[in-house]
Amino acid sequence: MSSRKIMFDRRRIVTGGAALLGASLLSGCDDVSEKPWARRILDKDEDANLYVQRLLLSDQKLAPEYPEAEISPQFKANGNDDPKDKAYRGMVKTGFATFKLAIDGLVERPQSWSLPDLRAMPARTQITRHDCVEGWSCIGKWTGVPLGDLLKAAGLKPAARFIVFHCADTMDEGGLDALSADDADTSGDDATPAGDQAPASTGQTKAPDAKIAKSAGGTGDASDVGSHYYESIDLVDAFHPQTILAYDMNGMALPVAHGAPLRLRLERQLGYKMAKYVMRIAVVDHLDGIGKGGGGYWEDQGYEWYAGI
Amino acid sequence: MTSAAVQGLRTTDAPETADVDRRRWVFRHPALIRVCHWINVACLTILLMSGLQIFNAHPALYWGSISTFEHPWASIGADQDAQPPKGVTTVAGHSFTTTGVLGLSRDAGGDMTERGFPRWITLPADQDLATGRRWHFFFAWLFVINGAIYLAYGFASGQFRARYVPTGAQWRHIGASIKEHLLLRFAEGEEARHYNVIQKLTYFVVVLGLLPIQILAGLAMSPGMNSVTPWLLTLFGGRQSARTIHFIVADLLVLFVVVHVALVILSGFWNNMRGMVSGWYIIDRKQKTVPHV
Repeated sequence: MSSRKIMFDRRRIVTGGAALLGASLLSGCDDVSEKPWARRILDKDEDANLYVQRLLLSDQKLAPEYPEAEISPQFKANGNDDPKDKAYRGMVKTGFATFKLAIDGLVERPQSWSLPDLRAMPARTQITRHDCVEGWSCIGKWTGVPLGDLLKAAGLKPAARFIVFHCADTMDEGGLDALSADDADTSGDDATPAGDQAPASTGQTKAPDAKIAKSAGGTGDASDVGSHYYESIDLVDAFHPQTILAYDMNGMALPVAHGAPLRLRLERQLGYKMAKYVMRIAVVDHLDGIGKGGGGYWEDQGYEWYAGI
Repeated sequence: MTSAAVQGLRTTDAPETADVDRRRWVFRHPALIRVCHWINVACLTILLMSGLQIFNAHPALYWGSISTFEHPWASIGADQDAQPPKGVTTVAGHSFTTTGVLGLSRDAGGDMTERGFPRWITLPADQDLATGRRWHFFFAWLFVINGAIYLAYGFASGQFRARYVPTGAQWRHIGASIKEHLLLRFAEGEEARHYNVIQKLTYFVVVLGLLPIQILAGLAMSPGMNSVTPWLLTLFGGRQSARTIHFIVADLLVLFVVVHVALVILSGFWNNMRGMVSGWYIIDRKQKTVPHV
């Protein structure tokens, strides 16, 4: 079953708004946003954004692309820019010679590709603007494999709903201020290892993600005490022509700071959706039981799953 | 809204009046306008405070498509090398010390900490971008729905023409009106039935200019919307320009509210408040005894 239903109802927004306003006046907005019921009302913003943008954005509408001259001289690397995970460090040392991108879950033919395999496939190059949730923007040139091609090669099963990206980097190092996004790290206060759990709540035996953390790059080493970064998108975005797994940036191999060997480019959403250090793709029918169930590391901290605005 | 409903709500250019207790009352604001006004007050308050929370995540503004991190057009930060550290606000190359308010202000525990706008004006008070965005987008929706209802009614009922479009005579006497406005001489009697030319032009610019620009600049920052309406980026001159304009227009709206509230107080607070709560407004306290200037 879907863990995320579009429920947009103008009347609910208006009556919900009235309830929120009343409560805000009585107790102050800060207290209100701590209350679960208020949070549920506030979170309707995301359903409205998703619903309306899905109406407006056809599956093929492209994000703006820019001329070479507009490429940012300085492209900010946010969040993890040099993961310490031992398994990942090992891959960096060998130039990712041992790296294999795995795709599994609800697919007919699970696959794994080395970097040369991916580079041999038809590629797409795009010069696009990267918008961080914090507010800044950079323009970069990205070359990579369209995600849709990989999904077609693996063959989605009919139940497939979401594409989950499991990453090599652990989000517990601390040191950055709490505002960073796009792979950024917070204090890691209540972080738990992604997916090595199946926190009972779901009960679905079909969940193909119980083994997640096991195959994500940094398993089992000493630094593996926080959450691995992960992200998820739905099939509309997965098959969008500009949705690629990029291995080149600005004409050169993707640097570690920007997510080597592979980073997702999802040009119609914000930066934190564009997972870096992608190790494994899981095709699933629901997001429960992965991480804290929000659909991504930052979503688990309260950010929107749909980051089109 | 059906046309019958609009007819029912329609008011003519000469509003209903009543003489009670030796005062002349005029029915100034129809119910729908009053409701929309107060919803708008709440929306704009929350949008401003949550907007400043979002701004604080990257307290710098740029022009064009991208961020030139070393060279923002405007920024708010702290000079940590100074003894003691100080808050610094820079606009177009001019720096101001703004310790205590901008760049460096007290956190929940009372310690000076680096942040753009201070905690008493952001929603939530503490740094929490995710929650700030939730508040901002939720009330942006409420604001847009409320504004759409207001605009549909205003145009259909003829209220906007009566309220926001100066008459020929008003245009001709614009100089005198400005002088009276500056001297804080407020209209009474028949003259107070209608907004004067400055009020009309101000409301016109705010309702049909600043607020729509603010919504469009907000949408221009959405990477999703950029794929549907790339012309918005062209219109504003790039995403970072749109963000800067969104910030400047927010400032202009705050300026409007400050002047608006000041004049509401100076020109008769309770009368004005009654006008916007119940609709009824006194235009003549002692009939025929106080000639207006």
